[in-house]
Amino acid sequence: MKAILSKWLPAYAFLYIVFLYLPVIFLPIFSVNTSAVPKFPLTGFTWKWYVELTNTPALTTAAWNSLVVGITASILATILGICAARAITRYRFPGRTAASGLIMAPLVLPEIILAISLLIVMLSLGLELSLFTVVLGHVLICIPYSVTVLNAGFEGFDRSLEEASADLGESSFGTFRRVTLPMVAPAIISSLLVSFTISLDEFIMAFFLAGTDATLPVYIWGQLRFAAKLPGVLALGTLLLVGSFVLLTIAEALRRRAERRVQGKGVAIA
Amino acid sequence: MTAVAEASASPRSGRGHRRPLLQSERAQGLALISPTLLYALVLLVAPIAVVITYSFWSQDYLTVDRTFTLDQYRIALTEPIYRDLLLRSLWVSLLVSFFTVSLAYPIAYYISFHGGRHKSLWLFLITIPFWTSYLLRVMSWKVILGYNGVLNSGLMGLGIIDEPSTALLYNTSAVVITLTHAWAAFAILPIFVSLEKVDRTLVEAAKDLGDGPIRSFLRVTLPLSLPGVISAILIVMIPTVGDYVTPKLVGGKDGVMIATAIETQFKRGANWPLGAALSVITMIVVTLMAASIVLIIRQAGRRIR
Repeated sequence: MKAILSKWLPAYAFLYIVFLYLPVIFLPIFSVNTSAVPKFPLTGFTWKWYVELTNTPALTTAAWNSLVVGITASILATILGICAARAITRYRFPGRTAASGLIMAPLVLPEIILAISLLIVMLSLGLELSLFTVVLGHVLICIPYSVTVLNAGFEGFDRSLEEASADLGESSFGTFRRVTLPMVAPAIISSLLVSFTISLDEFIMAFFLAGTDATLPVYIWGQLRFAAKLPGVLALGTLLLVGSFVLLTIAEALRRRAERRVQGKGVAIA
Repeated sequence: MTAVAEASASPRSGRGHRRPLLQSERAQGLALISPTLLYALVLLVAPIAVVITYSFWSQDYLTVDRTFTLDQYRIALTEPIYRDLLLRSLWVSLLVSFFTVSLAYPIAYYISFHGGRHKSLWLFLITIPFWTSYLLRVMSWKVILGYNGVLNSGLMGLGIIDEPSTALLYNTSAVVITLTHAWAAFAILPIFVSLEKVDRTLVEAAKDLGDGPIRSFLRVTLPLSLPGVISAILIVMIPTVGDYVTPKLVGGKDGVMIATAIETQFKRGANWPLGAALSVITMIVVTLMAASIVLIIRQAGRRIR
């Protein structure tokens, strides 16, 4: 049994990774294929789908919109995330579990229902649908991820450092700025990156709340109706894939550095 | 060094006469969390309350009648089309959570128990595909399963089939496959976390006391990792029931799910009360289904032990 397990489990793990990556791999492959129909055998290598992307004004607008929404939403979500994560990890207060449950709730609710309930409220209030309403929605769904990342960062460090700082006469703001903030900076940056990536890829909220301004996923959705546009979409998808990969690698590297830093400090004190 | 040690010891020793500070700490905690909480109340709780309110109203063309009525619920539950869509959505989310969790468990187990130094690398490898655009991941399944798709052309190239099969795309199983792929990481991570918490000495103790590897897994590791399995099921099941993109792109006519019906009521159909009732019913039913599955798993866990 043990022999079977130690032999088959790694093989299973390998197959599983293949299953996870297989669909993703086809994006770059077919994005440099000359044929407009994504099928094997491949017909030849070309960059033309990428070149075509650069002279599509609608795409440039959508990319710009996504960038604006992503940056705004990630900053807002991270600020709100810092408040929540700090309160949850540092303080004990009545209703803590309920409050954090509520903040994390968007994670386990069907997104379409979140989007539609926001849509009703916006329209009932007479708010015009715009990129701003998309930001509001994106912040809501980014907060749980931001809080998760920040919780991990805030939980790791030694609380006695803050107490030492307070005992040595620092004000609570001074302690936060000079002791806490440098320790949690990597977690904050990683929360910004994760929130930005989520906002960049988010479709449902943007689809319902964007009005006439399209974000990138909404633009892609529009293109998917036309079979002839598929290679361009695949090229765009490849670029997004590479972009997300770079951002997340940075986020992961920062998270690990933060982990090491916290552990290092802990060892130094002990 | 001693100062740090004293500082960390002081709150405990001085708890007795520090009541006022503790209370102000409560106030500080509440004050600190209030912006985020307020945001969630205004943009999550209030909108959902509005949806619930709408579901008790009715609409005649463009005028909303605000008298209390259960009509929308009657329509949503008795009209065969909505009933079928709801049942199909529930069935799909049940299948998807079953497949994702059972496929994810061995890999989470492998990483936790045999991952060694490379645990975080494995986790990173697993999460990467999930940060690529959701739309494009669904799209690439369309590329794989389509009539001219990778699978068909591959199978024909190998001489296994003579002409492209149409049975791969535009049906419920295409939706299930795509969603199972899309939610894999969300199942692996919680299971991994709970497996990490399993005290390894308990597994060893079970073995020392004569349990074989299968028995010690079934009686120690599996029951102790059930919280992770349960949260994986919840994280996968509840959102997938309302998935909009996947049924639209790979589901075809046979794979339509409740989200499409909800969308129609809010966009083209413009019957907000009916759409609201469909949303509320979907949330309630999927919560009940998830809760009963959690109960069943807990019961089973107790019986094994």
